Amino acid sequence: MTQGRDLLEVRGLTKIFGRLKACDGIDLTIEKGEIHALLGENGAGKSTLVKMLFGSLEPNSGEILWKGEPVAVTSPSVARKLGIGMVFQHFSLFEALTAAENILLSLDRRIGVGEIAEKARELSRAYGLPLDPHALVGDLSVGERQRIEIIRCLLQEPELIILDEPTSVLTPQEAEKLFETLERLRSEGKSILYISHRLEEVKRLCDRATVLRHGKVVGHCDPRKETASSLARMMVGNEVQSVVHEPVDVSETREALLEVRGLNRQAATPFSIPLRGVSLVVHAGEVIGIAGVAGNGQGEFFEAVSGEALQAEADVVKLRGKDAGRLDISGRRLLGAAFVPEERLGHGAAPRMRLSENLLLSRFRTDAKAFLAGGRLIRAGTLAETSKRIVKEMDVRKSAEDPEAAALSGGNLQKFIVGRELDRRPSIMVVNQPTWGVDAGAAARIRQALIDLAASGSAVLVISQDLDELFEISDAIAVMHDGKLSAPIPIAEATYEKIGLLMGGADASSPASLGEEVA
Amino acid sequence: MGIAESILLTIATAATPLLIAAMGELVVERSGVLNLGVEGMMVMGAVCGFAAAALTGSPWMGVFGGILAGVVMSLLFAFLTLSIATNQVATGLSLTLLGLGLSGMIGESFVGSAGRKLPVLDLPVLSDLPLVGRLVFGQDPIFYMSIALTLGVSWFLFRTRAGLTLRSIGDSHSSAHALGISVIGYRYLAVMFGGACAGLAGAHLSLVYTPQWVENMTAGRGWIALALVVFASWRPLRVLAGAYLFGAVTIGQLHAQALGFGIPSQLLSSLPYLATIVVLVLISRNRRLTLMNTPASLGQPFVPER
Repeated sequence: MTQGRDLLEVRGLTKIFGRLKACDGIDLTIEKGEIHALLGENGAGKSTLVKMLFGSLEPNSGEILWKGEPVAVTSPSVARKLGIGMVFQHFSLFEALTAAENILLSLDRRIGVGEIAEKARELSRAYGLPLDPHALVGDLSVGERQRIEIIRCLLQEPELIILDEPTSVLTPQEAEKLFETLERLRSEGKSILYISHRLEEVKRLCDRATVLRHGKVVGHCDPRKETASSLARMMVGNEVQSVVHEPVDVSETREALLEVRGLNRQAATPFSIPLRGVSLVVHAGEVIGIAGVAGNGQGEFFEAVSGEALQAEADVVKLRGKDAGRLDISGRRLLGAAFVPEERLGHGAAPRMRLSENLLLSRFRTDAKAFLAGGRLIRAGTLAETSKRIVKEMDVRKSAEDPEAAALSGGNLQKFIVGRELDRRPSIMVVNQPTWGVDAGAAARIRQALIDLAASGSAVLVISQDLDELFEISDAIAVMHDGKLSAPIPIAEATYEKIGLLMGGADASSPASLGEEVA
Repeated sequence: MGIAESILLTIATAATPLLIAAMGELVVERSGVLNLGVEGMMVMGAVCGFAAAALTGSPWMGVFGGILAGVVMSLLFAFLTLSIATNQVATGLSLTLLGLGLSGMIGESFVGSAGRKLPVLDLPVLSDLPLVGRLVFGQDPIFYMSIALTLGVSWFLFRTRAGLTLRSIGDSHSSAHALGISVIGYRYLAVMFGGACAGLAGAHLSLVYTPQWVENMTAGRGWIALALVVFASWRPLRVLAGAYLFGAVTIGQLHAQALGFGIPSQLLSSLPYLATIVVLVLISRNRRLTLMNTPASLGQPFVPER
């Protein structure tokens, strides 16, 4: 039988969605008191696997052994009873309820809100995770929301804790704090299954790693003995093309193509962030990155720049020197700007329309002459040709000649959307989360395309939560926190620590606070 | 019985069916389901309540029959929208049309026949107190049920764990599902509760308000109940206030019409709708509070991933 050290063993676990084998005969063991990494690209089957472990998905075949005994994890409450806790990637929190109420909902015991609040407070003190149990979740930052998830999970006293991409929304300092908590849990004998595609933190934290690719286990390793690039090779299956970038100095001498001066914006809903005096200039030939923890006003800023939200004064936003604050999206596109929003389906593309139709929808004003005969009738031939050119240029993989946008994988659709804008040779490009949920190969291609666009003399503004990405492609990085934007820091002077502190809300103007620990 | 007292009594009688139907729909919507079939369930409650009372000779059997009819109608809605995930708006509208048609057919032989009225409470001394005696101690049983229902729903939603769970499902059904909460199960119960309330409200019309059966006798009250829920920001006590305001203006404008101030009667008839909407919009001006109380997953079909 088992040696008694294995807490969880998975044998031949398989999950099939339609014709796709999301998980294909997965074998995995997790020992007591270890932090076990589950590595893999988007779509490798990591989330499907943990959903089966936590009982939110039913496997088609295979078995799960808990402490050597076969178990059927038929629902999350069965998983919790066994001692499996889960911190979700897309938080499973209720925004209209308080932290304590959210915690209460996940506990199977009958217990009052007041008692929960007290326990949560004790636990948050013990693990150094400050939390106000009576705060409404809708008012909390992403980092605070994650603390609720963790405390909620700990209150169930699990023996195995599953964390799905926990640091993707944290500042480097918040992530460091999380690692300390996890190490402490390990020293208490708890096991942790840690899902991530960030190789550095896996190397820093984890004892063993299992790598998934296309739903199959492709290897087990000790991440501390591997290099980041050898891990990446295991995940992707071949070498990832590296991005080439020669940073340029941010300079006043070149033409300012995108200017935002003193942009203020009221919060539209109780959960959105007001913008407060945001100013930024992007010159020709530059890539400026905007870093920040999710939900600090980046979405609101993008809407204001792209023209989804108009400004009160026309001169707040200038494109190529012309006042654009009162212009709508098409008006700003006509001035030579291009925009790629964060949400691909429903925002960047209409899901049930074909790629060529999506192309027309975004460019019928700017390329009216090319795409519309007499300004009314669609020139299908030109459209198909342009669509084909974009597909070739960006290496978009698709299953049909002209499929619906929703039929493409996230990465391929993103390549098409970015390609659609680049194909216009825009002089100003604004992108929000260019490679979110995109596999490493496609991400490298998109990043290189943005760098090349800037090198050809355009101004490029990239909003991203991925610091590695920003350091890879930017000439300067500004940080957005609580609706305010810091001055851009030239890439030569920027460090992870400095940017991380600004993301956490340190005041850039006082050098003293940059040296301090964030509370 | 003085004039003021009788006006207060008629206001309570006019407000009660709205309050009950709206309270049921409030629970349904708090679970994230939008049932536009309130009018249909209500009119079925009215006809079945009347028929059950007429056939058995007991108005209490009428109350039971009305509730049962509402529940059966709501089960049809629940099966369609929850089990096979049809569009909630279209299904709710069909339910109303179905109820109006079906009730006309069932009620055909009852048109014009004498109804049975639910007896009112009659306590010695207390019921004879001046002004408030009959209002507080001399009403029909459904009036007392409606008040108990309001307090009960308020307590359930904000003071019990099951109520918290129900609200959480309305806020995000996918999060609730991820926690292992039975989204469909809770929604079935909520929809059935809404049906029972609508049926009871209908029975009130044909057993208390005007103890007889007339085709389409709900006269749009189901729609008013739906509007009350939204304009009251899904909060039980505001629904109570809205229902009584509507009742008060309805009765007030009737008296005004009788006195004849030279105002066109059509204008006066529209006054209750106008006044209720204006007042409720004014008290729900606080956008933040409204959004906090709005069930975020309202009307979205839920298909669990398996």
